Amino acid sequence: MNGAADMGGMHGFGPVRPEPGEPPFHHEWERRAMGMTIACGALGRWNIDMSRAARESLPPADYLSKPYYDVWLTALERLLEEEGLVTARELATGEAEGPGDAKALPADAVPAALRRGGPVDRPAETAPRFAPGDAVRTVNAHPAHHTRLPRYARGRAGTVARVLGHHVFPDSNARGLGEDPRWLYQVRFAARELFGPDRPEGDAVTLDLWEPYLDRA
Amino acid sequence: MPHDHHGHEGDGLSDIEIRVRALETLLTEKGLIDPAAVDRIVETYEREIGPRNGAAVVARIWTDPAFAAWCREDATAAIHSMGFASRQGEHMVTVENDAATHHMVVCTLCSCYPWSVLGLPPAWYKSPAYRSRTVIDPRGVLAEFGVGLPDGVRVEVHDSTAETRYLVVPRRPEGAEGMDADALAALVTRDGMIGTSLL
Repeated sequence: MNGAADMGGMHGFGPVRPEPGEPPFHHEWERRAMGMTIACGALGRWNIDMSRAARESLPPADYLSKPYYDVWLTALERLLEEEGLVTARELATGEAEGPGDAKALPADAVPAALRRGGPVDRPAETAPRFAPGDAVRTVNAHPAHHTRLPRYARGRAGTVARVLGHHVFPDSNARGLGEDPRWLYQVRFAARELFGPDRPEGDAVTLDLWEPYLDRA
Repeated sequence: MPHDHHGHEGDGLSDIEIRVRALETLLTEKGLIDPAAVDRIVETYEREIGPRNGAAVVARIWTDPAFAAWCREDATAAIHSMGFASRQGEHMVTVENDAATHHMVVCTLCSCYPWSVLGLPPAWYKSPAYRSRTVIDPRGVLAEFGVGLPDGVRVEVHDSTAETRYLVVPRRPEGAEGMDADALAALVTRDGMIGTSLL
């Protein structure tokens, strides 16, 4: 979707402000929001693409004005409600009206769950359509649903740098339509192709793009 | 506007603090989270998994040619073999800076970052300023980190649009020829492995 999260190439956000010696969290509530998001993810009721879609489909003004972990929290509340794990009334009142329909990740299972992570490579029955060195062009598509082809790289010519594997396809997975794995490529674009002739010659940007985002150039 | 909640435990808390606390209480009562598990997750990323992991990978690439070759071929297997296999590091690629190319990593769409080797991302990495500008003006972003590149060095930015996580291997500092991997690892900074600083 053409949402506020797709911000590559935008202007107006000001300088980057590094904070020396920065801690991972600045407030206690950030710790809890992050930890709850991962703990609830382990309930297995949604996938990482659904999580991202829940965050990135917030109305643009909300997405841009909320603190980072508030975006996470808002998405978590929404996913919990959509999956029927909590009701809107429970969220509003804070009062539980019955047990949840899933079993919490126990503390002693955390290390193994974090180590396991969530690999997204899947067996392939097809050969990759492209090989390193192939000239490709990205599709110029503007789906209203979750996608991982940023606006700044649509309809652009690039070169396949690597075949990264056969991976779960977010456009499908985020919508609960199945993993629909596709070949994934690292594709290199000249900075001038993406952002015009004023960019330094030789500078480049690579993106990791699934086969449906690419045509042969 | 003052917080209009009833109760005493919320006094002095901001709206977001109250909301987070209420959700944790609700989910705990419903048996959907174990607060001790939330503690454990947070502790893992505050105390156990951080940039020292990535620094050990970089130092080994500098000192062990077979390992460096393995990373170029299959960084996932090579890095996992060091025990650095965890969430947001399931699929890894290493990119090595050299005299001709400087690499930088960004996630323009969200905040994808190699947690398994660098821990949680700093706030600036997640900021709209970094996400928006790194692809269109990487040299301007580098200047804000006080980094200027020598003439003739090209910049290659990696936008983490899938589940592949990129680790920048900085150039080995001059004068560090006699150092072993542990001593070298101490020279490697987090920002160096994102590509926003030089060593």
